[in-house]
Amino acid sequence: MLEALLLMLGLGGVCGTLLGIASKVFYVWEDPRIAEVENCMAGANCGGCGFTGCGACAAAIVEGRAPVSACVVGGATSAEKAAAIMGMEAGAAEALTSENTCTGGVRASEKYYYMGVKDCRAATLLYAGAKECAVGCLGFGSCVKACLFGAIELGPEGTPVVDVEKCVGCGACENACPKGIMQVQTPSQRILHVNEVIDRLAPCRQTCPAEINIPKYIHHIKNKEYDKAYLTIMERNPMPLSTGRVCPHPCEDACRRALGDEPVSINQLKRFCSDWVFNEGAQVKIPVAPDTGYRVAIVGGGPSGLSAAFYLRRLGHKVKIFEWLPKLGGMIYYGIPEYRLPKAILYKDIQRILDLGGIEVMTGVKFGVDFDLESLVGGGFDAVIMTIGAMNHASARIPDEDKVKGVVPATTFLRKQGLGDPYPIGKRVGVIGGGNVAMDCLRSSVRLGAEKVYCLYRREVKDMPANKVEIEACHHEGIEFITLCTPTKFVIDDEGNLTGIEYLKNELGEPDASGRQKPVPIKGSETVLPLDNFILAIGQTTDSAFADQEKGSVTRIETKKGSIVVNLDTHQSDIPYVFSSGDSAGPPGLLVAAIGGGRRAARGIHKYLMGEEMAFPETRLRVDSRRMTGHIPGTIFDSIEGIEKKGRIGQPELEPGSYERNHTYAEVDLTVTEEDALKEADRCMRCCLTCYNDDLVR
Amino acid sequence: MGDYILLAIGAILVNNILLIQYLGNCPFLGTSKKMDTAVGMAMAVVFVLAMAGIVTWIFEAVFLKPLGLEYIRTIVFIVVIAALVQFVEIFLKKNIPALYAGLGIFLPLITTNCAVMGVCLINIKEEYNFLEMFVSSLAYPAGFGLALILFAGLRERIIIGRVPAPMQDVAIALVTAGFMSLSFLGFKGMI
Repeated sequence: MLEALLLMLGLGGVCGTLLGIASKVFYVWEDPRIAEVENCMAGANCGGCGFTGCGACAAAIVEGRAPVSACVVGGATSAEKAAAIMGMEAGAAEALTSENTCTGGVRASEKYYYMGVKDCRAATLLYAGAKECAVGCLGFGSCVKACLFGAIELGPEGTPVVDVEKCVGCGACENACPKGIMQVQTPSQRILHVNEVIDRLAPCRQTCPAEINIPKYIHHIKNKEYDKAYLTIMERNPMPLSTGRVCPHPCEDACRRALGDEPVSINQLKRFCSDWVFNEGAQVKIPVAPDTGYRVAIVGGGPSGLSAAFYLRRLGHKVKIFEWLPKLGGMIYYGIPEYRLPKAILYKDIQRILDLGGIEVMTGVKFGVDFDLESLVGGGFDAVIMTIGAMNHASARIPDEDKVKGVVPATTFLRKQGLGDPYPIGKRVGVIGGGNVAMDCLRSSVRLGAEKVYCLYRREVKDMPANKVEIEACHHEGIEFITLCTPTKFVIDDEGNLTGIEYLKNELGEPDASGRQKPVPIKGSETVLPLDNFILAIGQTTDSAFADQEKGSVTRIETKKGSIVVNLDTHQSDIPYVFSSGDSAGPPGLLVAAIGGGRRAARGIHKYLMGEEMAFPETRLRVDSRRMTGHIPGTIFDSIEGIEKKGRIGQPELEPGSYERNHTYAEVDLTVTEEDALKEADRCMRCCLTCYNDDLVR
Repeated sequence: MGDYILLAIGAILVNNILLIQYLGNCPFLGTSKKMDTAVGMAMAVVFVLAMAGIVTWIFEAVFLKPLGLEYIRTIVFIVVIAALVQFVEIFLKKNIPALYAGLGIFLPLITTNCAVMGVCLINIKEEYNFLEMFVSSLAYPAGFGLALILFAGLRERIIIGRVPAPMQDVAIALVTAGFMSLSFLGFKGMI
């Protein structure tokens, strides 16, 4: 027994001494905070944080590679202690800034005359405050008094104005405000926010598929702060130069000013301030969150993929874009012709995204051929987003449409043009379809030298889904519209070349599901239109052939009519780490919708990677920007008072009939002048939920 | 020579420390989610076990057996292995930082790994001579590494698959481990 005790004592002593000496002899300096931070943690070495043990996690926190809340077992207590050691507030490696989200103030109408204590919290006690608007600023400046740094003052409009230079993001104003108007957030939190019914949103901002803060950026333009306007847009849309040119602007359809005047030219203002930033070479600093250590693969470098890349990168993830075609941009590079969106302009937008750093790009590789999900997972990617667009064409159901020489799908026609190898066309060209893609084909054909260009459409011009300006431009360029017709047969010569198309005339019948009258072909009304080429532009589908392959796990991505099936809120597919957005996640839509989808998919991925709740809050605002439904109740008016009819600024364009207009790819629509932009910005009423600036106030 | 080969095959396949003897299951489940981690862990186990085997065998021969103190073997081995691993960690951190970074957290993690302890005790129980002990101390962790890397490969495939929610992550991993164990039972007839 004694020997055993002595041996254990001796062993303990010797080991202890040896280790003590060794730790002196082999001493390596490391940041003392690492040991301190490690002491705050659970010490379970569980690996739940994603690092190999508590030591590595502590080192990552000290080096800024992980948030102080990284230890999942330690939870909030551990995060607070670690934050104290690191000298910052928990969860805030990025700059927190306070923002006033109400533009009401003195202009907002009141329910009663309040004579009590001049304090917002006191005023709230009486019927939630005197303002008609339940979520509006009461204007007594409780936030001003709460700010210890003198960063807030009440502006001339009766709402608080934050001096961003002085704000430290302490959150005192947010706590003091009884209406939740002051919001202290990091750029990441702002990116992750989606429109909610409890937010203070103007009708235009509710309608925009990308949820851009439109009144805010127009207000910046009005103050000639064009760079700030640009940065405001970049919080929701990383491609303002491109959207500023091609967006059909559903926001303008919701503009409240349209009730007593013409709507504000929101999109032209977006284009103006973005062009100004690039033309003047203004320095803009786009904040990026600290690295999270996660890597996301983006399959498809189109607008939705680029938008997802931009926001994922800003949220701190490393991304790599895999693109099938030689250039990034997807359908807006290969689909939209040069005269509408010059490639050089598009590339300025794309370069701004890539300039964030941490975004790798690989072109010329196709999903399902050169790589697949397994190789991405094996390559160390933590999530994958499929933004593969809709590059296949839908069938027009005309016999032999794949065989007849001279018949070409719009996607192929436009892609070849984008690749710099235009599809050879004859003198007479017909295009079937009434969407923007059809308009692009029509107007490109004019520029490729066609003498007679026809647009065939089964309903009437007023039913066409294309932008009105595009239809108008087609008229200016001498394109002939043959409406109410259904092509039935190709007329070919002996060698199988197209010589014409036979079509039936339609009459309008009963309204269908979309509320439009259904076209019905009239028997015996066959007419032949001589044509050299026929372009099919009646819709696109996603090339999801990879999902039908027998081998490999990629068969498991569920598709429906070619599109990838995802939860439309989180953009997550059946496979938890696979996401999809843009055209490949649903019926093809607008560029601005693809961009908004990219941001929401980035949000879904971020929440998934960080283990946070992915679903949208129940108060999520769901607006259908096509049918104009789903707005916050009471925000869409029937009539409006106090508005003078001033008229909107026109769209400057190349002279119709000029050589540049008809024979070159020079950009047709031009940017408005600064003078016009300021005039237009002044027409914006800076609406919020219910109040707005009428023309008498200003 | 033949005996040593037999010993090695027996230790790697037939008596696989993870799948047949069920020792060291925590790192088996904990570090098998990614191939990189699994390879790191396997290397660390080989490295630590080779050293622990030698030191504990010498300790047994020099102190415990002559003094008749075999009954406190387990406690002594724990202290010896822990001190050894700590020392090695301190030494590597200063002198071979690349290896230290490579093995990372796995070194201290396996200080009291039951697989390490188990093999050291097996070495004594089977009364191996020095060379046999050395072969066994390399072969058992090699078997550990083999099982771990195979398992990590499987789990990387499983994560792609559509697993029902209640079966996700550790649940399906345990089922998989069970199947692997069953298949390793097939080696029983080899020797």
